[in-house]
Amino acid sequence: MSLAQDARVAARPATMAQRAARTWPEINNPAAWVVAVILLIMPLIANGFFLIEIFASTLILGTMALSLMFLAGYGGMVSLMQLTIAGFSAYMVAVFGISGNANISLGWPWWLAVPMALALATAFGTLGGALAVRTEGIYTIMITLAIGAAFYYFTNQNWAIFNGHTGINTVATPHFWGVNWRADIPFYYVVLAVAALCYFAVEYLSRAPFGLALQGVRDNPRRMAALGFNVNAHRIAAYAFASFVAALAGVLQVWNYRQISPGSVSVGACIDVLIIAVVGGITRPIGPFIGALIFVLLRTFALDFLVRLGLDGNRFRLLIGLGFLAIVFWSSDGVIGLWQRWRQSQRRPAANQPGRGRGHG
Amino acid sequence: MDSVAQRLSAVGAGAALELRGVTRLFGALAALTDVTMTVRPGERRAVLGSNGAGKTTLFNCITGDFAPSSGTIRFFGEDVTHFPPYERIRRGLRRTYQISALFPGLTVQDNVYLACRGVSRGRFSFLRPGQNDALMHAADNLVQAVHLSAVKDQRVAELAHGQQRQLEIALALAGAPRFVLFDEPAAGLSPTERAELIEILTSLPAHIGYIIIEHDMDVALRVVESVTMMHNGRVFKEGVPEEIQSDPEVQELYLGGGHE
Repeated sequence: MSLAQDARVAARPATMAQRAARTWPEINNPAAWVVAVILLIMPLIANGFFLIEIFASTLILGTMALSLMFLAGYGGMVSLMQLTIAGFSAYMVAVFGISGNANISLGWPWWLAVPMALALATAFGTLGGALAVRTEGIYTIMITLAIGAAFYYFTNQNWAIFNGHTGINTVATPHFWGVNWRADIPFYYVVLAVAALCYFAVEYLSRAPFGLALQGVRDNPRRMAALGFNVNAHRIAAYAFASFVAALAGVLQVWNYRQISPGSVSVGACIDVLIIAVVGGITRPIGPFIGALIFVLLRTFALDFLVRLGLDGNRFRLLIGLGFLAIVFWSSDGVIGLWQRWRQSQRRPAANQPGRGRGHG
Repeated sequence: MDSVAQRLSAVGAGAALELRGVTRLFGALAALTDVTMTVRPGERRAVLGSNGAGKTTLFNCITGDFAPSSGTIRFFGEDVTHFPPYERIRRGLRRTYQISALFPGLTVQDNVYLACRGVSRGRFSFLRPGQNDALMHAADNLVQAVHLSAVKDQRVAELAHGQQRQLEIALALAGAPRFVLFDEPAAGLSPTERAELIEILTSLPAHIGYIIIEHDMDVALRVVESVTMMHNGRVFKEGVPEEIQSDPEVQELYLGGGHE
């Protein structure tokens, strides 16, 4: 059987690569361990500004973008409402919890307000998803963008719950076990724990039946139906999961800034999440975090850099835009795509040598 | 009017597949007109006809990819006319596609695993399959049955055409199929691969019936016991392979006339 013989030869390198991917994520990858250790001891090396403004912000934005990566990378659904879901969750924490706007906030303790916010934001995202899954491609983008825009204008105009354009300020953050969890170091660890949990959950799910089926839906929805899957139910479930991840990030976001206002849920901010995910790469869950780090670094330092060049500091978005253009131009799967190609080009000269004889089999 | 299939369906009412007056319109064009057909459990039948005869549309109506414009479809006695495709598949119907409809971003093993998962519980499971997962074993066996064990960890996008055709068949045999629709499974296969295909089809358990659309008469007539000829969206003739082959009208229309 020549067919099977040929295949066996060609299969060998790919087989080994896939086998490694099947075990726990990156467990044999020393670089991943180095990153994990650095993240854990970060409070020893970074000051409060770096810890919160750079790293905690990166992890929060990365988690929001991770929810988009899950939908877009595994499900083929580009949702522009992930930030809106996070913002909704943040608003709900402020509305049900304790804030400076006593006429609005219900004053629940955080351990009641947070589950409530997560449940409502997940329901909100799932409903939006149920609308969006009836469409494909650019129409999904339009519907989710419309939901994001509608929410932005609604928060601007609604004073009874969302307090209009001023938003809700001085949102209380949790204090328990004698720890102020919004102090720099405890908050960093809370954010790190939530981001790591979401990252590993997405990584784990990608190989579980639910995640595999989602990738099947991405590749060929019609065939998935012909294999016994209810494609729309699967897509809606994916929105539900992604909404929960985004909602978790929203809770962290409102604790980070201690306030939430329409400016945080603007259409521009919705698109930032897309940019972060695409720049980082939507093929693997690490991509959104890399994208978020680049975004936060640019947002924080591009201003000084531009002023030094004698330009208007507020033009940092110009740099982000140029970077975005460059990356989508050279690599369709973002920075991780560039990295993987570079790694392959490094490996190829070494791999070719022994493989030459086998190629003719 | 006394073909094998019709005589047999008159004896036992328990047909695997029963179509009554199925019509499918695309705008003003009738792709299928009043198709009535009964296939008993375990029966193996070929649907022949030139391009545009309505063969693939027939399959799409049976699986629910398109709803018929009128008529009823029963699967093992149950009216499935308005069921979504996945409900029909869960009841034991399977199909393959003329142009391979696979998941190019996933490995061969994962493709087959999805097929096994689709017709069992736990489609939404958040837990990864373990070492002794029954469906993983089922997937392994299926991969072996279609001679793809050597490439099972390769992404489907990297497979050769013949291998993709074999995978296409594996996906249709997952779980406990009761009836399979094969849409030109031999398209683009080499003579060796055709022989393998015939072997796979003839070694299917006797209770699994199928309908096969196939232009290659050598393949089609060796693996079926009855034949339905279609022409311009209508059933033109039914009979055993010998009858159809020797029928002058059929020869005029199809065998002699060549493909349009």
